[in-house]
Amino acid sequence: MSALHSTTAERVTRRAGADGAPLASGEGLVVRYGGRTVLDHVSLEVRRREVVSLIGPNGAGKTTAVRALLGLIRPDAGTVRHEPGLVVGYVPQRIAPDTLLPISVRRFLAMAGRSTAADAAATLDEVGMAAVIDRQLSALSGGEYRRVLLARALLRDPDLLVLDEPVQQVDFPGQLAMHRLIGRLRERRGCGVLVISHDLHLVLGATDRVVCLNGHVCCAGEPETVSRHPEYVSLFGPHAAAAFAVYTHEHDHSHDLPVALSPVVPAAPESGTAPGDSG
Amino acid sequence: MFDDFFARALAGGIGIALATGPLGCFMVWRRMAYFGDSVAHSALLGVVLGIVLGIEPNAGIIIMCIALALLLHLLQQQRRLATDTLLGILAHGALALGLVGISFLEGVRVDLMSYLFGDILAVTGRDLLWIWGGGGAVLVATALIWRPLLATTVHEELARAEGVRVGLVRLVFTLLIALAVAIAMKIIGLILIVALLIIPAATARRLARSPEQMALLASLIGAAAVAGGLHASLAWDTPSGPSIVVAALALFTLGLGGAALASACLGRVVDSARAEP
Repeated sequence: MSALHSTTAERVTRRAGADGAPLASGEGLVVRYGGRTVLDHVSLEVRRREVVSLIGPNGAGKTTAVRALLGLIRPDAGTVRHEPGLVVGYVPQRIAPDTLLPISVRRFLAMAGRSTAADAAATLDEVGMAAVIDRQLSALSGGEYRRVLLARALLRDPDLLVLDEPVQQVDFPGQLAMHRLIGRLRERRGCGVLVISHDLHLVLGATDRVVCLNGHVCCAGEPETVSRHPEYVSLFGPHAAAAFAVYTHEHDHSHDLPVALSPVVPAAPESGTAPGDSG
Repeated sequence: MFDDFFARALAGGIGIALATGPLGCFMVWRRMAYFGDSVAHSALLGVVLGIVLGIEPNAGIIIMCIALALLLHLLQQQRRLATDTLLGILAHGALALGLVGISFLEGVRVDLMSYLFGDILAVTGRDLLWIWGGGGAVLVATALIWRPLLATTVHEELARAEGVRVGLVRLVFTLLIALAVAIAMKIIGLILIVALLIIPAATARRLARSPEQMALLASLIGAAAVAGGLHASLAWDTPSGPSIVVAALALFTLGLGGAALASACLGRVVDSARAEP
């Protein structure tokens, strides 16, 4: 949360005109696949310098929501807005590189555009993958590929970084490094970050706001608040909630649930948690 | 220089191979071999169209190939039928329609064999203009869409998120395949066109370290196959298309054998190095 306290001054120095407006927002998104409603009026937004975690069980529509927000699919209903000239860095979920192309990691990174060879090497080093720069993309393991994809997204110097299950297939030291990296990214690059995860613990480190999705938005707000929300508890079980509470705070899962917790995304001001509202 | 029919065929064939090398690589990378095949099968219907409309058969072929490619492009948006089923229906449907259509054309002598398998005797100076003009256009257009097409091929979703106009790029690529197939038809014949697109690319795959290398190698290997195949065709009076494809196949096999030999030798070196304590 420390990042949030320090942002007031920094917000003033943000790009002119961007103040207050979300980088990307989707309102009332509805997506149906073959008669099945995957997203049911989901609203989602990410602001500059904000890390938003989208959590939910398998099949909750997390990836679909992100794809709709990025404009990769057209929702059946709802509107999507992007800040003009928004640069997106996207790390999709696909686990292994599926390429028949002979292409080196170096060249793959160069394709991100906007970057020099030195940038590429430095960024690859930042994600701990400096050693693979001359390897062929098809020769990478799933975890290596994922981190190379992250480097490629960073090289675009994005306004909005979107990570779909960033630590899936990444070993434990890699996961820790990834979390530190996500926290640093916001600080240094000032971008908004949207992280998808099936597990709240995995995204805990640097998250400002959590959106819990299961077809619809179950609950949203600060991580701590969401972890005590009945919908979250029923979705992930009391065990997950308890484990989460222990992880963050001393007091065990308490039952004084915040009544005003809004089920839609921009966290309602009355819940006292809306960090992005001041602008 | 191009008075000689053989020189014309050679110039045409090599022109085709150079133009289709990069395109063939994309077909291999994007798993579109059967797409090209389906487009080629509609060429005969294009001949019929050309004759019926009283326009140049080459123009008829180009129009029909582009129409089929666009139809496939549209049909692939739906999800009720798998792509391979669609390709099968359109490819064989178009070929059957072409064969039936030709039989209706009374008083017009159509050399079916030359359309199916190619004919080096049939390459006229006018055809050469079509081939080099069309081939040049294909090459230039491929170069122009190279970056976005490559990005789309490496990772379509990523390219889309990064702002590449994936739909447009794919459409242009589809049209280029149609154009390439139409101009290659004269020499290779519609049955075997796709072989000239994919075998050189597949041969180049294990030799190349970058997409551009593979594209260049595919063009050169294709040109070599055309030269070899046409010479064989002349020497032994075999049909030109199949001869070219056999030559391409020989190069592919040679590449496989060479790679196996290289790895075996390398293995032995490693083994002997290990044996020495």
